[in-house]
Amino acid sequence: MAKWLLFLCLFMGLTQTHAKEAAPAADDPALEARMLQITAELRCLVCQNQTIADSHADLAVDLRRQVREMLAQGQTNQQVLDYMTARYGDFVLYRPPFKATTVLLWVGPGVMGLLGLLGLVWILRRRNRMPEDRFEPDEAEPEVTPQAAQPRP
Amino acid sequence: MKHLRYLIPLAIFLGLVLFLAAGLKLDPHEVPSPLIGKPAPGFALTRLDDPGQTIRRDDMLGKVWMLNVWASWCVACREEHPLLVEFSRQKLLPIIGLNYKDERIAGMKWLSGFGNPYDASLFDHDGRVGIDFGVYGVPETFIIDRQGVIRYKQIGPVTPDVIRNKIEPLVRQLNG
Repeated sequence: MAKWLLFLCLFMGLTQTHAKEAAPAADDPALEARMLQITAELRCLVCQNQTIADSHADLAVDLRRQVREMLAQGQTNQQVLDYMTARYGDFVLYRPPFKATTVLLWVGPGVMGLLGLLGLVWILRRRNRMPEDRFEPDEAEPEVTPQAAQPRP
Repeated sequence: MKHLRYLIPLAIFLGLVLFLAAGLKLDPHEVPSPLIGKPAPGFALTRLDDPGQTIRRDDMLGKVWMLNVWASWCVACREEHPLLVEFSRQKLLPIIGLNYKDERIAGMKWLSGFGNPYDASLFDHDGRVGIDFGVYGVPETFIIDRQGVIRYKQIGPVTPDVIRNKIEPLVRQLNG
């Protein structure tokens, strides 16, 4: 029983610290959740490997406030994303749109993988057609006699 | 001829080295601004030194001007500042400061301490105009043409090289 109480206390403690981080607009949890969902898709330009939702940079704090206000005004998620890309470019989107300048980004890895696979198939088939004597013979495995393997008494 | 094939790995390696070397030279912090070639966002801000006087974007129409984003808390601005003061003596174009997320007193003290290259500084206390200009790394510098279109953006401090080879030719071209 005591164990359970302790667990419960710890758990409550955890959720409370969690709630603290998102405190500013906790008065509307639904809106806050939407704000976090959108900003998790956006790159923070000050510390580029963090999302705006995660970052503690001043600019990220301001942008979260901005998104919160836009959502409170009834703007759609797409309108918020458009607002951000109009100012910071596609670079802020963690999932950039597919277009001429991002073709390499989207298609590149697939093309490279395919080229590698084709190369492998080509080499293997060529080897298959080669006569036996083009290869070094397999090394004969050294014979292990049971006597030799056993330590002498 | 047959031995040439052994050079293939070397060629691939050299290609890779070239790619990586080019990659090292790219600065990931220099994000191309989508604002270049677009009209500058509208603003109406009070002067840093006079809360009673408002400056709007449209007040600047008809002039080629520079917008320099700065703040008293910004270390890189201090580095850039002497150059800006020197550049302002040329009187090549109006230089408007955007005092970004700062306090009036701190900003004015900073200017009286380090010199004031600005024809006026706009007071953007909550940073909203900064967001509209896509500011993310103070200092930033914009050149805006007579029609109010942004023609150039410098992220980070301007350097003598940038002034000589980018800003001066552009301003002359826009004024010419």
